[in-house]
Parts: sequence; structure tokens; C-alpha cells
Amino acid sequence: MSETVSAKDVKKIARLSRLHVEEERLQPLADELNGILGWIEQLQEVDVEGVAPMTSAVAMPAPMRADKVSDGGKRDDVLKNAPKSEDGFFVVPRSVE
Amino acid sequence: MTDLTNLTLSAALDGMAAGDFSSEELTKAHIDACMDAADLNAFITTTFEHAMDGAKASDARRKSGTVGKLEGAPLGVKDLFCTEGVKTTAASKILGEFTPTYESSVTANMKADGMVMLGKLNLDEFAMGSANETSAFGPVINPWRKDEDLVPGGSSGGSAAAVAAGICLGATATDTGGSIRQPASFTGTVGIKPTYGRCSRWGTVAFASSLDQAGPIAKTVKDSAILLGSMAGYDPKDSTSIDAPVPDWTKSCERSVKGLRIGIPKEYSIDGMPPEIQTLWDEGIAWMKDAGAEIVPITLPHTKYALPAYYIVAPAEASSNLARYDGMRYGTRVDGADLNDTYEKTRAAGFGAEVQRRIMIGTYVLSAGYYDAYYLQAQKVRTRIVQDFENAWESCDAILTPTAPSAPFAVGRKVTDPVQMYLNDIFTVTTNLAGLPGISVPAGLDKDGLPLGLQIIGKAMDEDTVFAAASALEKAAGFTARPEKWWT
Repeated sequence: MSETVSAKDVKKIARLSRLHVEEERLQPLADELNGILGWIEQLQEVDVEGVAPMTSAVAMPAPMRADKVSDGGKRDDVLKNAPKSEDGFFVVPRSVE
Repeated sequence: MTDLTNLTLSAALDGMAAGDFSSEELTKAHIDACMDAADLNAFITTTFEHAMDGAKASDARRKSGTVGKLEGAPLGVKDLFCTEGVKTTAASKILGEFTPTYESSVTANMKADGMVMLGKLNLDEFAMGSANETSAFGPVINPWRKDEDLVPGGSSGGSAAAVAAGICLGATATDTGGSIRQPASFTGTVGIKPTYGRCSRWGTVAFASSLDQAGPIAKTVKDSAILLGSMAGYDPKDSTSIDAPVPDWTKSCERSVKGLRIGIPKEYSIDGMPPEIQTLWDEGIAWMKDAGAEIVPITLPHTKYALPAYYIVAPAEASSNLARYDGMRYGTRVDGADLNDTYEKTRAAGFGAEVQRRIMIGTYVLSAGYYDAYYLQAQKVRTRIVQDFENAWESCDAILTPTAPSAPFAVGRKVTDPVQMYLNDIFTVTTNLAGLPGISVPAGLDKDGLPLGLQIIGKAMDEDTVFAAASALEKAAGFTARPEKWWT
């Protein structure tokens, strides 16, 4: 796991993160990420043979609820904070050409 | 009349009950104090008019015989809790003018109990930071000062500064890696992160969902018990909320610690820690012994792996939680050439540098081919940390440690290495990973007259013992120092 992240990798990560990063920031960001990832690397020393990953902080069964509508009818509330809306719909940039 | 802003929450509630003063008078005194303290930058949004209306309504309720647990108390709310009709920012530009049409469960509980909200308190952006310097609304200044401005800690820096300055009787806060306890230590206040699941996360802006937990920052241990008693409780809207009764924790504060076994983990003595913190810890041990507790050396061998594990788990969950900020449904939108460009420009303009860094780390550790090596490994290490505590509980009932590895430091101290900043949470983060309750109690001053805190960690669901031990510590420490009022 001691691979390092390159500027090209940062470009890919930024793309996956939907973050616009200017070209000249790629290498400095790669250096920062490598600093953090290098420090995190020490986790590989821990013997986790046969250890289950933690899934819950307090052991309890996943709660069930009735499959019934409990809330709704709040179109105007939902749209209230929209950057753009029209006729009861969100207005978003074209996504299909 | 004495200055009402010097009262504890407990004394203020008693004073109103006795008819010594009204919520209106108490609230007015705090609003004046808030206005005088504008230089602290503790608030992002103030709601003083609402507060005065709320105070009058509370006085009317009291006359009619309805008195809630927080009746008429002017309090602050960290701006991470959604509040109906009041702008909620998470200290980020990306939320723009977002004004929730609903109330978080925690603040709904407090409002039902009679809270008067003074406003929304500043924090690190999305609660990511340990100095309150990542806020898009500027840093909060610690009321404690030494020749220069100091940070109040973070992420709940506004909450801690407001309580320390006496401008709020108490405040809500949240803690993902130490964000309640470290600022409490930096400001001479009390802060408790309860067991994960005690307080509902519903309506609180999410950072890292398996670690996030709400709790109060207060002037005294008893005040924190009163506040937590209102904030906590089962909520079906949060699937990780614990369905258990909320005890009266103010009673726990009176419980004796005689015979209680207090564990002292050897791994919490770290290189580079100021000797004063070691000395204070030793004093804390002596105080607990004097109060009748039995001191037990313990070992928590995986402590050093807690922070690196945290810096995988928290960014991974954050990158997932923060994917919702796409500029489509709420918040700021920056138009681009097409949909993806709009997403990328919106998020690049809306998120600050630290948030972007953590989103990228999270995206990387969750990306194809790396999940097992990073996230899965970190979750397994987390289980090891839980096992450490389980082993420790065989020989002790609670654990005593320092809260933070330093006293408050200067604002604007350029930290070029993010890892250095992350080390602030070294003593607090283990309880988040294990889901355990932890409290910070002001215990002494360093050579510069700045506050230092000690931490009590308890078993899951055993806030009772945590409050008992914290009260013993508070009593023995006799911490009465207050910051000099330089800001008015």
C-alpha cells in the first residue's frame, strides 16, 4: 500500500469527488494527500486477523418500522430552498444531450 | 441586581422558579452581553427578537404552571443543527441562504423544554477542524487571551467561546473526533459527548455518521447534565438512536465516587506533551484518590492507531454525506458549461480547502481497489480499539485522561501540515471510534493562565458514572477562574 498519489491521480480523485481543481493545484494537493496517506499507512501494522469490521458503536438490532407513509405533501417546503424552481419543479442544467 | 450573565444554568433556572427574575430579564441581559461580545465572532446568525418573544412566552407559560426542564433559559445552538425558519450554514458557503423548514430533533426537544434560542453559533466548516479557523464566517476568538488572540478549539468553537464569555447560559455542540471536549478544554468549560445514539442525529448536518454525536457545552458539570437530559432521547427518525430511558443525570452529579475504579491508560502519556498537562493529570489522579476512588493502571494498546483510523473513517463517510451538496436542490449553485461542470464549479466554490481535502481523501480511500486496504482495515482497527476498552472495563469503571495535548494556541498560526492539526484530537478520538461517553472538565491553568481540561471516559450508556466522576473532579479542582472581559 505504499504507492503514492500523482498529480494525474488527484485529477481523477477530484473528478470522482465532483470538485473542480485548477491544473496548478494538482501537484500541491498530491503532496498534501501523500503526507496524510503516508501517516495513515501505519494502520497496516495492526494485526486484524479474524477481526470483524466494526459496524455499529452500540450493539442493537436494526430497527424495523411499518411500511406506511408517515410524512409527505410538502412540495413547497421541499422547493423552498431550491436555487432555481418553476411550476413546482426543480430547474437543473440539461443532463441528456 | 447581580449580573445575570454570571449565573450558572442551574442557578438561573432556580432564580426564575423562585421569581427572583423573569426569563425576559435574563434573556435581555444575555442579549446585551452578546452584543458587547461581537468581537468574539461566536455567532453566525443571531435571533435576538425571536429570543425576546420566546422569553415573554416562557414567562407566560410559567405563570400558567407549565415549566419545562430548560424553561426560559437563553441558550446558543451550534449552526450545524437545523432550525425551522432560521438560516443554517454549517459554517460553509455551499449552503448559501438555506433556511430549514423543519427542526432538528435535538433542538426540538430543547424548545419543547422551554429553551430560548439566542442564535446560531460559529464552528469549523461542516465541523471539520480543531481551531474554528475553517469557518467560512471567520475564526472565533477565545475569551481567554494572552497578548494575542487565541483559538477556542473546534469544531464547536462558537459554542465554547459563548459559554466561556457568559453570553449564553449553555450551548449545543457536536463531537465527531473531539469537537465538544477539546474546545471545552480550551475555554475552561464543561463539554460532554454522550454514548453514540443517545442524541438523535436527525436534522443535524451530517459529517461522519458513525461518529457524529450531539452534546452540550456548559459552565458546570451539573449544567451539562441538565442540558443533556433535554437533548437526549429516543427518536424513531434516526435508525441509530438508542431506545432507552434518559435518567436524571443531575442526580448522578451527587453520587459518591467512593470505591469507583478509575483507570489510567499508560498510552496517553505522549512525546511532546507539555509537562504541565502531565502534572495536571497527576493532580487529577490524586483528587480522585482523595475522593475515595481506587486508581488502576490500565493499557489501551491500540491508542496510537485511533487517529489514523479516524482519518480514514471520517473522510470516507464525509465524502459520501457531502455528495448531496450539488447545487441542485438547495444552497449555492455556480453555473458551468454542462451539468458536471456545474457540479464541479459549485462544489469548488462552496467548500473550503479543508473540506475539499477531506472529501478527496474519502473518495480515494473508498475508490475501486482501495476499499479493503483502507476503509475495511480501519473498521477492523476500530474493533481492536473497542476490544481495548472492553478489556479495560474488566478492571475499571471509568478512565481519566487529559482532554487535549495542548493549551489554546494563537489564531492564524499557519499549520502547513494537516497531520499536525489532526493531533489535537489524539485523546478524544478513541471514544468516538468506540461510541463511548466522554466529558471534559476544566481542571487548572497553565503557566500563562490558560485553561486545561481533564477527560473522563465511561462505559457505553453509563453517563451516570461519567457525571459522578466528573463532579468529583470538578469539586476537587475548584476551578473558578474566568477570562478577563477584554472584549467590551
